[in-house]
Amino acid sequence: MTEGVALLTVFVLSAFTGYEVISKVSTTLHTPLMSGANAIHGIILIGAILVTGRARDTVELWVGLVAVFLATLNLVGGFVVTDRMLEMFRARTPARTPARTPRRHG
Amino acid sequence: MADPTTTPGWAQIGYLVAAVCFILALRGLAAPRTSRIGNLVGAAGAVLAVALTFAAVRPAHLLPILVAIALGAAVGAVAARRVVMTAMPQLVALFNGVGGASAALVALLELGGFADAGVGVRIAVAFTVLVGAVSFAGSLVTFGKLQDWVPGRPIVVPHTRLVYGGVLGATLAAAVTTVVLGSVVFGIVLAVLSLGVGVLLVLPVGGADVPIVVSLLNAFTGLSVAASGYLLGNALLLVAGTLVGAAGTLLTRLMAQAMGRSVTTILFGGLAGPSTQG
Repeated sequence: MTEGVALLTVFVLSAFTGYEVISKVSTTLHTPLMSGANAIHGIILIGAILVTGRARDTVELWVGLVAVFLATLNLVGGFVVTDRMLEMFRARTPARTPARTPRRHG
Repeated sequence: MADPTTTPGWAQIGYLVAAVCFILALRGLAAPRTSRIGNLVGAAGAVLAVALTFAAVRPAHLLPILVAIALGAAVGAVAARRVVMTAMPQLVALFNGVGGASAALVALLELGGFADAGVGVRIAVAFTVLVGAVSFAGSLVTFGKLQDWVPGRPIVVPHTRLVYGGVLGATLAAAVTTVVLGSVVFGIVLAVLSLGVGVLLVLPVGGADVPIVVSLLNAFTGLSVAASGYLLGNALLLVAGTLVGAAGTLLTRLMAQAMGRSVTTILFGGLAGPSTQG
């Protein structure tokens, strides 16, 4: 198998995996899932590190560093904001229980 | 394609572990009980992959790179911690946009580094630059709409057909020229034109539909990251980008369905007539 075909195989299998793995998502989780997926593509950071590490002049270095900065913003900010969204989900669930209890007794 | 043999075997195994983390993260995020742990698994995979890259490649300019990462992490974490709940969607849009911009810059740098890039690599470069820049500019407009800096109503530019036809035609021509000549200058022209395409794509979208477009642009960034994985010969970027591209596409359809809308109506309805305003 040549390298091009190997990468094509990886691409096709990943596409099916990405599609199947979230096919049963519940509607309430649409936004956090989008945010989490958004964080995952921040992994372009490793691409940015690779090209910046090979920079041959100042312009390439600065462009590379901007790419590193933006990718880190995407990666770190993405995971942190997703965590905060999900934290709110969990915080909301126990808050409902005391509200229900008095109604049941009254 | 960069020589993949420069990545040692142990690092490639580590990348595989990170790729599995990303798959588990998406699966975790799709179910209420596991969503938070899923997100953490994804973050762990990302940390592993970045650490492996430093250990395996030992990039030059190590200190400036680490400073750029520290700055990005600080700004990203503080913004994500401090943002008010209602402003989260636009922050996600912004993070998505800068990811697309990063992918486009990586592709331009890689094009500059290849004196004799094959046609496959040049196509991947043109694709990454185009889709990454569209995602960046589009995300900035969605950010503006969600933040009320840009009017939420569908904005239709005058002389619609002429403007859209002109910009799309010029972008396509720049993409073909970039592939044929492999020139960085045309790559930059392509990037600038693609920014215009991104703006024109999102302006006609109505305020209520903007979150769905954020999801679509998220899938776009995923695809541009996947293409950059191909041109760098990096399997993890290819897998992660493709996962997000596919999951993001399905999610966009599911979100549109939940609102009783179709993706085509959302994108082009505003151009067809006033019936879909709102």
